[in-house]
Amino acid sequence: MNYLEFEKPLAEIEGKAEELRALARGNPEMDISKEAEALDRKAESLLKDLYKDLTPWRKCQVARHPDRPHCKDYIDALFTEYTALAGDRNFADDHAVMGGLARFNDMPVVVIGHEKGNDTKSRIERNFGMARPEGYRKAIRLMELAHRFGLPVITLVDTPGAYPGKGAEERGQAEAIARSTQKCLEIGVPLISIIIGEGGSGGAVAFATADRIAMLEHSIYSVISPEGCASILWKDAEKMREAAEALRLTAQDLQKLGVVDRIVSEPVGGAQRGRKETIAAVGSAIEAMLKELSGKKPVDLVKSRRQKFLDMGSKGLAA
Amino acid sequence: MNWISNYVRPKINSLFSRREVPENLWTKCPECGTMLFHRELADNLNVCTSCDHHMAITPRDRFKALFDGGIFTEVKVPEPLADPLHFRDQKKYPERIKAAQKATGEKDAMLVAEGEIARTPVVCVGQDFAFMGGSMGMYVGNAIIAGAERAVKLKRPMILFSAAGGARMQEGILSLMQMPRTTVAVEMLKEAGLPYIVVLTHPTTGGVTASYAMLGDVQIAEPNALICFAGPRVIEQTIREKLPEGFQRAEYLLDHGMLDRVTHRKDLRDELVTILRMLTRQGPAVKGDLPAPAAETPAAPEAAKAEAARK
Repeated sequence: MNYLEFEKPLAEIEGKAEELRALARGNPEMDISKEAEALDRKAESLLKDLYKDLTPWRKCQVARHPDRPHCKDYIDALFTEYTALAGDRNFADDHAVMGGLARFNDMPVVVIGHEKGNDTKSRIERNFGMARPEGYRKAIRLMELAHRFGLPVITLVDTPGAYPGKGAEERGQAEAIARSTQKCLEIGVPLISIIIGEGGSGGAVAFATADRIAMLEHSIYSVISPEGCASILWKDAEKMREAAEALRLTAQDLQKLGVVDRIVSEPVGGAQRGRKETIAAVGSAIEAMLKELSGKKPVDLVKSRRQKFLDMGSKGLAA
Repeated sequence: MNWISNYVRPKINSLFSRREVPENLWTKCPECGTMLFHRELADNLNVCTSCDHHMAITPRDRFKALFDGGIFTEVKVPEPLADPLHFRDQKKYPERIKAAQKATGEKDAMLVAEGEIARTPVVCVGQDFAFMGGSMGMYVGNAIIAGAERAVKLKRPMILFSAAGGARMQEGILSLMQMPRTTVAVEMLKEAGLPYIVVLTHPTTGGVTASYAMLGDVQIAEPNALICFAGPRVIEQTIREKLPEGFQRAEYLLDHGMLDRVTHRKDLRDELVTILRMLTRQGPAVKGDLPAPAAETPAAPEAAKAEAARK
């Protein structure tokens, strides 16, 4: 288990309990069960306390936790017959973006998502979930495919943002994001988006301009990272706590603003401490959202999707 | 009478006349250092007369030069909720807005106008970099939507001049949501079969580039304008190497296939009209400065139809 900075006291208690048990394994006649159980209880209640009321900055840390389930974990667990479809037919295949055909509860769908990777090798291969223009163009191609064959689209969003690289800019990153957002607004099939970790700026919007948008309880969605915002507005990257607060990037605030339709609960201690439950909860949310949209005519879907975005923000925090 | 002439009138005068006398009659070109007389610079549309460097121009000044006789009608933009997040960094957001309004005399970073250019009816939307870096918030989104709705209603093409650092962070996620919102506006024009031309001016970056500014039917940029998603400084920090000369400038984008044209500001008016009239299948435009259209003059498409009928 990787502990976050604010989880240090918890790490200490859990470490002590572990030490005690290791000691007992060496000395069979020692009875430590009471002490160990007491420590476990203490750790449990501390965990509950820590996660009861996470500050926005702590949520950012949880949202970025390396042990959280990533796009590939959701695809493996919730979909069958996943058949990856690669490439943008222009330049390359972007490994930061997964996508293809799959079945969700036996229904054929198109699934697209950012994948961050889970060890050094895969993280580098996936470019830490930062898509290049090819990733958005692959998504555009897959959305077009879904539209032509009447398949719902499910997107899983988890990206720090678009990749700030020379090649990405030369190949028209901005245009690729704009076209992907535009495609989201054009397809006559249900489009569902779940923000499972980080919803980073334009890279997230390109996939999340959807009929229904759900967010995991401790995920974030923001116009800029708190660090980036702090360095621009506070002229001090260390003010990320203040920036995280001001940006209102938590699922709870975004629901109040009417940007997000649904919050999917995470187990106590975050998705990283209950990967299976989290994945199952996301599965139920997808099922529920698909149901809400089933039977709607393509023109009505497009119309109401556009209206949803036109209306967005008109009520502020009172939405 | 005394109270009015001694107190109220000077007060009103001082409110309106302040902008009449420029504090500094000379502007130094940031590119070549030439001192430029303000009137000469204004006559040249804020382009340096010595090195052709394109300086910022407010949408109002641009529209005055663009529309026939300098006459245009502002399109009303629905006012968004002020400060939806109660955002505060080192300053409160409403204070920043007020300061920008005072400095520019504008409501926000976007001006929408309808009128005729070379007798071609259009809707123009202009972004104002002087207003908080032209940043895209709810107002800017509303302005683009209002412009598109007006264009659809009047069946006119829309021209958009972009200039922005990106999204307005003080509106948080709601600034990000202007990317899909403004894209809906572009879709309205597209579905109504109306041309949408984007003129990218210095600088156009971030979420603005990644939405309405890159979705034009024709993409024109002013010379040497910086156009990008991630800015050069961010990229240099990420890849830790120097970027090539002219990287992310208009000419570089043209070379990389991201633009249709790079056009000098003095040629823009003619070029826009030429393109628009072909896209809307109207006859060639009357070139040169034209007086404002007479109030009774029928809109150009009808005029064209009448002309066609006569033939």
